[in-house]
Amino acid sequence: MTTLTRTARLLRLALRRDRILLPTWIVAISGIAWATVESYTAMMSDAAQRLATATYAAGNPIARLMDGPAAGTDLGAMSMVESYQVLAILTALMSGQAVVRHTRQDEETGRAELIGSAVVGRHARLSAALLITLGANVVLGLAVAAALVASDLGTTGALAAGLSVAGLGWVFAGVAAVASQVFGTARAANAAVGAALGVAFLLRAVGDLLGHVADSGVQVISAWPSWLSPIGWGQQLRPFQEDNWWIAGLFGGLTLVLASVAYVLADHRDVGAGMVTPRPGPAHAAPGLGTDLGLAWRLQRGTLLTWLGGLVALTAVFASVADSAEDLVAENDQLAEILGRLAPQGTVVDLYFTLTMAIIGIAAAGYTVQVLLRMRAEETTGRLEPVLATAVDRYAWMTRHVTIAFGGTAVILALSGLAGGVVYGAMTGRWAVGVGGLVAAALANAAAALALGGFVVATFGLIPRWAGALAWSALAGSLVVGQLGALLELPQAVLNLSPFTHVPAIPADAFELTPVLVLLGVAGGLTAVGMLAFRHRDAGVVA
Amino acid sequence: MDDVIRTRGLVKTFGRTRALDGVDLTVARGEVHGFLGPNGAGKSTTIRVLLGLLRKDAGEATLLGGDPWHDAVALHRRLAYVPGDVHLWPTLTGGEAIDLLGELRGRSDRRRRDELVERFQLDPTKKCGTYSKGNRQKVAMVAGLAADVELFLLDEPTSGLDPLMETIFQDVVRHMRDAGATVLLSSHILAEAEALCDRISIIREGRVVESGTLAELRHLTRTSVQVTAQHPITDLAALPGVTVVSTQDARSAQLEVDTDRLGAVIERLGPRGVLSLTCSPPTLEELFLRHYGQELTAAHEHDALVAAHSRAGSEEP
Repeated sequence: MTTLTRTARLLRLALRRDRILLPTWIVAISGIAWATVESYTAMMSDAAQRLATATYAAGNPIARLMDGPAAGTDLGAMSMVESYQVLAILTALMSGQAVVRHTRQDEETGRAELIGSAVVGRHARLSAALLITLGANVVLGLAVAAALVASDLGTTGALAAGLSVAGLGWVFAGVAAVASQVFGTARAANAAVGAALGVAFLLRAVGDLLGHVADSGVQVISAWPSWLSPIGWGQQLRPFQEDNWWIAGLFGGLTLVLASVAYVLADHRDVGAGMVTPRPGPAHAAPGLGTDLGLAWRLQRGTLLTWLGGLVALTAVFASVADSAEDLVAENDQLAEILGRLAPQGTVVDLYFTLTMAIIGIAAAGYTVQVLLRMRAEETTGRLEPVLATAVDRYAWMTRHVTIAFGGTAVILALSGLAGGVVYGAMTGRWAVGVGGLVAAALANAAAALALGGFVVATFGLIPRWAGALAWSALAGSLVVGQLGALLELPQAVLNLSPFTHVPAIPADAFELTPVLVLLGVAGGLTAVGMLAFRHRDAGVVA
Repeated sequence: MDDVIRTRGLVKTFGRTRALDGVDLTVARGEVHGFLGPNGAGKSTTIRVLLGLLRKDAGEATLLGGDPWHDAVALHRRLAYVPGDVHLWPTLTGGEAIDLLGELRGRSDRRRRDELVERFQLDPTKKCGTYSKGNRQKVAMVAGLAADVELFLLDEPTSGLDPLMETIFQDVVRHMRDAGATVLLSSHILAEAEALCDRISIIREGRVVESGTLAELRHLTRTSVQVTAQHPITDLAALPGVTVVSTQDARSAQLEVDTDRLGAVIERLGPRGVLSLTCSPPTLEELFLRHYGQELTAAHEHDALVAAHSRAGSEEP
């Protein structure tokens, strides 16, 4: 196999490069698994309480949509249902980014060419990237299992839980391997992985919502769409309840297929090129490229349209099942009563919209962060210097990117809310409830996304080297706080760190202006700090 | 006094590294000024400070009569910059990148831009991501040289260009000078500097160690003399300011002579029946190596020069 020559040496190189990053991911993800079980154990000490909670989770369509299919009353099984979604998203991102980093990104920067000129097989880089990522997922799976065993859960179930996490990571390593062959830039490859993650989430959410409650009353039998999603597989593995080991075959099989596709594609393309041949473009710039928003818009519009399309579609699908969720709740008086209490100012649908927009809001913050970090990317790649060497003021340059980030976030959320509202209105005729509720909730969440954006701008100005790591950590932290904060019984001070904690729970609860104004104030203040700091620091590759 | 660029005691540190350690650089209006030094000497850092991209830690810097940091935008309308390591937006075409940078500066000459695209044989319809290094360099070159400005800051602008393009570049720079523009040309390609520059400054470890016209600098150093005579000339070595590099026999030798001692040597040679005599002024390369040769052995400047020469020679295949 001469195409694999020196794979082992490249694997060592990859380990050297990732020696901090991958262990950090692994510790963080297994730490979340451990923390969830610990707090779940503390909260659910007696069996009667667990039975009540599981019955509620199985019967509540909103819980099925957001968390996944209930899987009995075992402590381990219940806490895995609670935490799996977050573990799955983080694991998929860890795996996807690792593969892209060691394949497409190396080609983009020209490192691959340098390596390829040495005595290295044609497939050695891809193989090393897959090996390190698949291996990291094995370690992650074992770490998750160890964390659960440390919380006094059974070893068999813990290993099954570890498998459900690691298997998902394998599949997304495969997805990223294919994406890295198809797309010409690391950015596009990562975006494709993100899109695949979104689709996997959506299929599973719809499948679980449309499923039915088993005779036991504490388990959900998911409908077929869940089985099309690797996230669904992880949940159907049902650790601590059924331990369906055979699902490892699904994970392994799909990973194998994806990896094979990646190898075949790699054989049919040139190093450095994607599958799509770049076409010649205009010899002259269209008027306006060098004015006002021109360049920033040109650079960011693809990102904006991708996120816009994805989140509009996601919200629309969520809204399209809102009516079914409402019907399912209506059949169950006890459930209707509990949910009614959670939505003091509204109905079950309002509660559903509030929870939906909380997810869409944090996803939209992903756009905010990505667009703002483009400023740092422009700087580190040396593209900022020739621009600042022209008559472009630093404030002006930054304002353009910030405008597209903040304006884009608001537009994405408003249009997502509108799309969801229109879908719901068309299905039920209740246009005001749908459009009004979702758009209002979307805009309330936009304030939190902007506050997070302000934080990114401030780090870019003050500590540019750390901007990337801090920005993504802040987003991941907000996701964990939002999804698991209450369950983990984190202190209020920690919950308050996430801007999304402060978003008024409209339309389920009354709208409050003060927190929204505070969030916007924080966004504006931090942005001003960042811009001022950027004006006074070194700019360019060396900064 | 009309200095376009003037720095005194310019200092810039990165952590513990002192990248600029008191740079004194003066560039007069209308001249092509060579800024020479090897990699890491501080050429690009100086230019980035002059562009207001980096903030100086100490010293003075004046650019076109203004402060490079505070008046950055106003000054940038009057200058153009060509970096040596060009990174472009992979999704834009070369033509779009050129127009973009021109438009951002505020003054671009469409006719001149098209003429330069033609001369440098650049295909402006290709995406920047697909360009080779040389072609990326051409994009930056056209964008910079098409500008209708009074000052050009060129930071190793020809790196990656083929000799044909290099010739075109030199021609363009000469025209710019004839039109009254000032050029600061940072380079380590000495032939380029020798061909183009009115004055040069040599920077070493963050300090300008030599500055002047090529003639002035040559005066400071040695002329190489190749001589063959009818009578033995072995006693020449005893003259002050003369070093014998090699001898074929007693009647012919290659000498290095201090330029101000040249007359005395010629006088001594006269009665020996000179058959052939070649005097070549020191090349810029020799000047340059003299400064960097010092790093090798500070004590014996000349030995170092010879050593550097033979090293340079042995690198040739």
